[in-house]
Amino acid sequence: MAMVRMPWGLPRDASAHGVALDQHLILNLWIAFSLAVLAHMILLIGILLRRPAAEASERRRLLIEYLPLAALTLLFGFLAMRAERLWEETRYTGASPAALQVEATGMQFAWYFRYPGVDGTFGRTSAERVDPGAANPVGVDPADPHGADDMVSSELVLPEGREVDLRLIAQDVIHGFAVPEMRLKQNAVPGQTIHVHFTPTDAGTYAILCTQLCGLGHYRMQANLRVLTEAGYQDWLRKRQR
Amino acid sequence: MMGTPQSGATVRPRKIRWLFSTDHHVIGLQYLALACVAVTVGVGLSLFMRLHLIAPDFVVPGHGPILPEDYLALVTLHGTLMLFFVLTTAPQSGFGNLILPAQIGSRRMAFPGLNAAGFWTTALALVVLLGSTFVQGGAAISGWTAYPPLSAIAAAGPGQGLGMDLWLGSIALFAVGTGIASVNTLTTVIRFRCEGMTWERLPLTVWAWFTAALLSLIAFSVLLAALVLLFLDRHAATGFFVPQGDVLSSVVRAAAVHGNGSPLLWLHLFWFFGHPEVYIAILPGMGLTSMLLANFSRRRVYAYQMMIATTLLIGGLGILVWGHHMFVAGLNPFVGTAFSISTMAIALPSAAKVLSWLATTWRSRPHFATPMLFSLGFVSFFVVGGLSGPILAQPILDQYLHNTFFVVAHFHLIMAMAGVFGLFAGVYYYFPLIAGRYLSEGLGRVHFWGTLGGAYATFLPMHMTGLAGEPRHYAQLTGIPNAAARLLAQTLPLQRHISYAAFFLAASQLPFVWNVIRSARWGDLAQPNPWNATTLEWHPALAPFAEEGSSSDEQIVAYCSPCAYDPGAGWAGFTPQWQEIPASNVKRE
Repeated sequence: MAMVRMPWGLPRDASAHGVALDQHLILNLWIAFSLAVLAHMILLIGILLRRPAAEASERRRLLIEYLPLAALTLLFGFLAMRAERLWEETRYTGASPAALQVEATGMQFAWYFRYPGVDGTFGRTSAERVDPGAANPVGVDPADPHGADDMVSSELVLPEGREVDLRLIAQDVIHGFAVPEMRLKQNAVPGQTIHVHFTPTDAGTYAILCTQLCGLGHYRMQANLRVLTEAGYQDWLRKRQR
Repeated sequence: MMGTPQSGATVRPRKIRWLFSTDHHVIGLQYLALACVAVTVGVGLSLFMRLHLIAPDFVVPGHGPILPEDYLALVTLHGTLMLFFVLTTAPQSGFGNLILPAQIGSRRMAFPGLNAAGFWTTALALVVLLGSTFVQGGAAISGWTAYPPLSAIAAAGPGQGLGMDLWLGSIALFAVGTGIASVNTLTTVIRFRCEGMTWERLPLTVWAWFTAALLSLIAFSVLLAALVLLFLDRHAATGFFVPQGDVLSSVVRAAAVHGNGSPLLWLHLFWFFGHPEVYIAILPGMGLTSMLLANFSRRRVYAYQMMIATTLLIGGLGILVWGHHMFVAGLNPFVGTAFSISTMAIALPSAAKVLSWLATTWRSRPHFATPMLFSLGFVSFFVVGGLSGPILAQPILDQYLHNTFFVVAHFHLIMAMAGVFGLFAGVYYYFPLIAGRYLSEGLGRVHFWGTLGGAYATFLPMHMTGLAGEPRHYAQLTGIPNAAARLLAQTLPLQRHISYAAFFLAASQLPFVWNVIRSARWGDLAQPNPWNATTLEWHPALAPFAEEGSSSDEQIVAYCSPCAYDPGAGWAGFTPQWQEIPASNVKRE
């Protein structure tokens, strides 16, 4: 499908699932635009043209009423099915077991990202241990051996081309984890752990925003997502874990 | 003239009597006056929001710079005022009280005393809401959706203390007032229809008010329950919406005092109310548009019975789609699929309505009076705003567009602008009936074109800033030099354009204000049925503010369906519902 890039349109897409999503979104926008123009043309021509003599016959009634409705039903059905396939691919099942595990925690007004370390297992956390002043913003329990190698970062750093299984947590209020360039948005809800997965495809630095009104500092609850090459990522990880 | 007091009493008691009247016409005007206050404040607040987005350092005289908490208070108050006190009260309670009884051939509402109580409860709700801006800790800043735990715990930041309590109190009062009004409307339609006014002969406006009242009764009851639960969470240590171990400012707030609740429960309850609420706001406009397009095109409403069915269908489906606000809220993704289907389904009765409007006006060479222009504007906004609905109904697209300016554009076009155009159409159409004088057509045209252009210039570009990824509720778009700032900075030129367009849109209302003030005193005197309308509110014996005595005891009878026009006979060819049809002319209806 030939795509026209609109000014102030979609930002760059840097995720594996984003291409299909963008195509579907732009198809939707064109359809909505065309239907809006069509309706306005009918309205304008209709109010400016002279009236015909005849009343609506049964055949005309069919033409005006049921045919367009049937066509719209098919059209919306088609769009819904296409959308559902994409939704199902990204949301119905979880990430592959080989995906990179990262935990994102939202709190007023920052994002923290926890990596499970060399043992590949996150340590236990508890609300009572949350203490950003003591360098434990997510409340890792020191008694749990799995937590000893956990690493917490204020930026999300990921290797390109590898699927990420992101566990989303909120400590205090509802936050909205959004990465427009990854075509990703999911609320982080206190009391729940929500998994989302995606695959960044292009190295670069991207915006992480909060999109759910979370209080005074909502507009500055931002973080960077840095996507590195696999080698660059390993290098970053080594330096951070040292 | 409007509310002319009867002879005999002195001026002061007359005014007081008017103020506490149980006459539904007076109560209707009181609701409209209340909506005028709310819309004036609401528009003013939005202008400060627009100003702040393009000039963050602007110092408001007498207040100082707009701080982030001020901005969020502006957002919250703007949304609350517009949605509740303008779009719910004006079409439903305002025009409902003024016009509905006469349209069904009744001289009164079912419960006059209760009706007045409903208005005063709503007025008290507005006073409490406006009062909440002056309390310690500031007005509520949680948005009109008031998601907990932010709204459930006073320590969650500014605006979550007394301001939040007053917000809850205000909306609870509003819910009670609306419940009262709905019971009144439903009873009136069911019990007070005049002889001959069968259900099929009801004007589409009455069907719309009836359906909106049904929705109000269901939706506001649930909202009221949710508000009580949230209030209990705040003050009685219950745990409906606050999960165990909620941490605020590094302090565990909820472990000891609250149980193990879920914020998602609030989202369900709130949106179970919140989505029908948008239909409550727009249905009366849809009904009025159908009737006005027919009247000024001198045509029957195309597919009248289907229009009744689609009104009820939109109402019925309207309470089954709340989950489309929750695609990214943290529900099972299968739920997203279910709500996507129900939401796509509601596009069909809506499309059927648009088809009827297009078919009614098709090649009719209508009479372009100002009410007709606003009805056509309603159709335009309904189409343009409505078509982004199916886009947002697809969870995969919503996961990108949710809470961006794309959504703001969508609901402002369809609800705010179409809703307001329905109100304007109503004011221009009914002014001669209420005030006995015409509004100026010239000023009306200036108002129409200015508002139409201003609204499109304001809200269309919001689709683009939304596509660019710009979230709602951001007090500031620039600031920390990071990837987010780069992303948001590209929308700034458009944001400037939107702000200037919004100022223009607001200024376009000045001709209207002047028109109403001028015409109420000096406008041309109106004919008894100036639009050659067919519905009963124009019946000579039902004139709303006629001198006492002129409203005779004449029995009102509906002899036929509304919209009986004779297109061949031009503007004069019509059969009002109150006109007896000679037996030889009775055709199948």
